[in-house]
Amino acid sequence: MIEYALGFGFLALGLALALNLWRLLKGPGVTDRILALDTMVINIIGIIVLAGIAGGSGSSFEAALLLAMVGFVGTVAYAKFLLRGDIIE
Amino acid sequence: MSVPLPLAEFVVSLLIVIGGSFALIGSWGLVRLPSLMERLHGPTKATTLGLGGMLLGSVAYFQLVRGEWTTHELLVSVFLFVTAPISANLIAKVHLHRLRLGEASESVGPTGVPAPPTADTDWATHEAPHLGTPGDMVGD
Repeated sequence: MIEYALGFGFLALGLALALNLWRLLKGPGVTDRILALDTMVINIIGIIVLAGIAGGSGSSFEAALLLAMVGFVGTVAYAKFLLRGDIIE
Repeated sequence: MSVPLPLAEFVVSLLIVIGGSFALIGSWGLVRLPSLMERLHGPTKATTLGLGGMLLGSVAYFQLVRGEWTTHELLVSVFLFVTAPISANLIAKVHLHRLRLGEASESVGPTGVPAPPTADTDWATHEAPHLGTPGDMVGD
């Protein structure tokens, strides 16, 4: 049963990534693109988690945690640059 | 405590399917909704909840099916639940900033451009930092 659920999860997350990519390419504003990148990071973390279940190894969660941190820092850096014209003042 | 294997597999599958559905619905909202302030709702709420569901499914899988107790996933979900509102707040601030600068007029939203907080002030993204606060460019 878990195999079918994992298949559905991979399909849903792949479709979600395609939708995010559409929003990333279309815009229309730079804020939409930042939001699309942020959502892509969250969906990729989901794919890593599902791959960890499918592979049966607990070693992929360091990658998920690292990606969560780097994605958050990236979003904050984009936003700070657009707000203040600089990242670290 | 031992849970029968079919029940454990059912719980894990249910959590994974619910999580995947919420993630897909959040991304569909990112495409479907008309303005940025509305689009913020999809990824920040639905997608984060969906990922929380998948992480709970992962905890349940390693605990109930394989018999290993792991908490890494809870760490990831706590981190995401803390940072998602912060990044959403920053994106909304950037949007307000660019609206007031006239650089993002095409997606205003149903309520229009928001007014300044009071008559004689402006949004914090447009004002110089006050004296004595970090970044006021006087102390350094």
